[in-house]
Amino acid sequence: MSTATTTTELVETKKSGGLTGAAANYIDERTSISTAVKELGRKIFPDHWSFLLGEVALYSFVIILLSGSFLTFFFHASMTPVEYDGSYMPLKGVEMSAAMASSLDISFDIRGGLLMRQVHHWAALLFVAAIGLHMLRIYFTGAFRKPRELNWVIGFILFILAMAEGFTGYSLPDDLLSGNGLRIIDGMVKGIPVVGTWISFLLFGGEFPGEQIVGRLYSLHILLLPAIIVALIAMHLLFVVVHKHTQYPGAGRTNQNVVGYPVLPVYAAKAGGFFFIVFGIVMLMASLFTINPIWNYGPYDPSPVSAGTQPDWYIGFADGALRLIPPGLEFVWLDRTWSFNILIPLVALGLFILVVLIYPFIEAWVTGDKREHHILDRPRNAPTRTAIGAAGVTFYAALWATASSDIIATHFKVTMEGVIHTMQFMVIVGPFIAFFVTKRICLALQKKDREIVLHGYESGRIVRLPGGEYIEVHQPVDEYERWKLVSYNDYKPLMIRPNANGKITVGQKARAGLSRWFFEDRIEPVSSTELERTHGDHH
Amino acid sequence: MAKDDNSGKDLTAADSSTVGHEGAPAGTAVVVRDAVANPGFPPHRPRVTDLNPSAERQAERTVYTLFYLSIVGSVFAIIAYMAFPIIEEDPSSVRLNNLFIGLGLTLALLAIGIGAVHWGKALMFDHEGVDERHPVRGSDETRERAVEIFHEANVESGIGRRTLIRNSLIGALIAFPLPAVVLFRGLGPMDTNPSALLEHTMWKKGTRLAIDPTGTPIKASDVTLGSAFHVIPEGLQDLGHGKLEEKAKAAVLLMRLKPEDINEPADKKDWSYNGIVAYSKICTHVGCPVALYEQQTHTLLCPCHQSQFDVTNQCEVIFGPAKRPLPQLPITVDSEGYLIAQSDFTEPVGPSFWERN
Repeated sequence: MSTATTTTELVETKKSGGLTGAAANYIDERTSISTAVKELGRKIFPDHWSFLLGEVALYSFVIILLSGSFLTFFFHASMTPVEYDGSYMPLKGVEMSAAMASSLDISFDIRGGLLMRQVHHWAALLFVAAIGLHMLRIYFTGAFRKPRELNWVIGFILFILAMAEGFTGYSLPDDLLSGNGLRIIDGMVKGIPVVGTWISFLLFGGEFPGEQIVGRLYSLHILLLPAIIVALIAMHLLFVVVHKHTQYPGAGRTNQNVVGYPVLPVYAAKAGGFFFIVFGIVMLMASLFTINPIWNYGPYDPSPVSAGTQPDWYIGFADGALRLIPPGLEFVWLDRTWSFNILIPLVALGLFILVVLIYPFIEAWVTGDKREHHILDRPRNAPTRTAIGAAGVTFYAALWATASSDIIATHFKVTMEGVIHTMQFMVIVGPFIAFFVTKRICLALQKKDREIVLHGYESGRIVRLPGGEYIEVHQPVDEYERWKLVSYNDYKPLMIRPNANGKITVGQKARAGLSRWFFEDRIEPVSSTELERTHGDHH
Repeated sequence: MAKDDNSGKDLTAADSSTVGHEGAPAGTAVVVRDAVANPGFPPHRPRVTDLNPSAERQAERTVYTLFYLSIVGSVFAIIAYMAFPIIEEDPSSVRLNNLFIGLGLTLALLAIGIGAVHWGKALMFDHEGVDERHPVRGSDETRERAVEIFHEANVESGIGRRTLIRNSLIGALIAFPLPAVVLFRGLGPMDTNPSALLEHTMWKKGTRLAIDPTGTPIKASDVTLGSAFHVIPEGLQDLGHGKLEEKAKAAVLLMRLKPEDINEPADKKDWSYNGIVAYSKICTHVGCPVALYEQQTHTLLCPCHQSQFDVTNQCEVIFGPAKRPLPQLPITVDSEGYLIAQSDFTEPVGPSFWERN
């Protein structure tokens, strides 16, 4: 019988593979894993240092999960007052919450506990930073274009969630600094019209600070937020597999291929090894550098505060926005309080976040380009996009720096008011300056590229001609190098025309206006005709 | 061939192109007909380890040495765990424990990482591979089948036809999560109006002003010119639950200025005592403690967002995002010379909230 023969054949193949073969066969017959290996095992991933930023983010998250799980075994998410009785002498006998006391125990009574706390905190800071840099890489190379717009949105939501994770985690030890952070959140929430007072009341389970908030943030921090983050990361990576990775322009690379190393073995070795490098560097920082010394701050008390209080770096932009508001923006109207000193920062940051979130769709609408893009742009080749990015970075950086306004003032011995006024100027005017400067630099770099393609690069070799004239010999670039300089997307401004009804709609006008703003200054890539013409000139 | 977008409705035809491999519109992209041609892959350049067998052996030695070093690091971390215990009341033991376990683990991790990457870069086969890309969209056939499946599901279930079933289901699905919203009311205590809680503090007529955090009452004679005290209501320290909540509203700063330096409106003339004034310590911006007193200029500074308040002038805001002055606590002295409150604050303290008027 045929079935019998197949069985024997299988048995034979099983034997020929030895123990590994037998195990593989056992698993495959139950999971069809060979299909996955066939599909993914030799999948090609392009190589570039900037592609590692996303990996750093992913690996920091894994480190956070590992170290965080360790911490949960010792941490008590409770605000019940206890008398501290641990090893740290200066706080012995001080009344504090169980959360603070257990955080101190982790730091001073559990071997390696402080190490794990510091690994957790350093990795968290790295996590948010790596996501931020990864996003900048995606933005400035245009990797968010079709078909990756939705993955940009997922990634951006992950950035917001990472900050939420950071803030909830930062609040858990219930020390003086984190308590003041929560106090600020409470004050901001209360400033929201209509619902603010109630939201604060429900969030804190009564009056601030209450005895609920740490437990509630703990649920968010270790259950709800990580679950959403894991799900979104899975989607994010699934899309990377579906889309295949983008690649930088280079000879032989096209929009229809992907050039790089296969998952097995090279990419697995490099990416797997890189996980250990990231983990090792975080571990090194945790061994050598103290982070968040809660024992110096003491337990939360609504009355004391130290000068120079600052949040973790990624909350800085929001704190800075609060500081920049000029005096007097709060009114009583219709018998209710309108706190524009809170609302303006909230709305401004909300709008900023919204614009970043939908940017890929804006650009797609302006260009009308419905093609898939798998070759990355060099930032200079999309001058307006790059300039917008620089403006956004400047806006963010100015807000962020303002979170240290008091430290800037004391450190550089300038007035507090002077720092604030300068930063107000920077937040509003800085982005415009950054926009124009960046755009000009991009266009200049594009011109330089054209120059190099058409006339070669400066070789540094000076030759004296028979007539006495000195010239520098220009060397032509080779064709592979040239390809990087000439292969880019170029767009023209949109010209509007009446539609079928003979009308020009408002939407078209807006689009044409934006399109002109984006593309009226453009440097065309060198064409083969131009290239031939100049070659004639030179030889 | 690519078309201009919107089927030529609102723009002149962009240069047509053959770039979009599934023929999608290129929008306003310019496609140059005489573009420079892709030269194809550059020739492969062999590595030192491909050409020189001794370099290859050297690389191999480096990789396995690193992996062995990693084992050394792990063992070192385990030994450090035992060799550097935390000794009670000896902070330096914590530091050593942290440092040596950490360094051992660092070596264990970095050596694996660097070894694996070096293996990948120097020894593994280094010819680049090429994968073909395909449009992300499903093939026309697949998409047609997908539409067909939805159509069949529609016909077989009748969801499009039986509108009553469909609409009632949508209604039910919208309604069922609503009870969850109600459940969240339980996050805060029932039968309590949050804005009413914010209206009053622990201060009452006759409550003595006490030093934070000891709770010792303050005599007016102890408050010398130019000094500042962090103050809580007497009895706060004896509260069981709710101590921090009360403190978050009742914290006060007490300062003594020259009476002639203080600008007091007529109706608040008797709120101070001999140049001693008491103001809420909770910032009217977002509630940080306004803990920094600049004695020379008589300003209070909030360290969180740098709002500044003028103590000589009713704690009006002179800089920063806060709008309202810090509320003043009316004080006087009792028969024994201790400073006492005349009443509670006459307005809510701390950050603004919607119901405040």
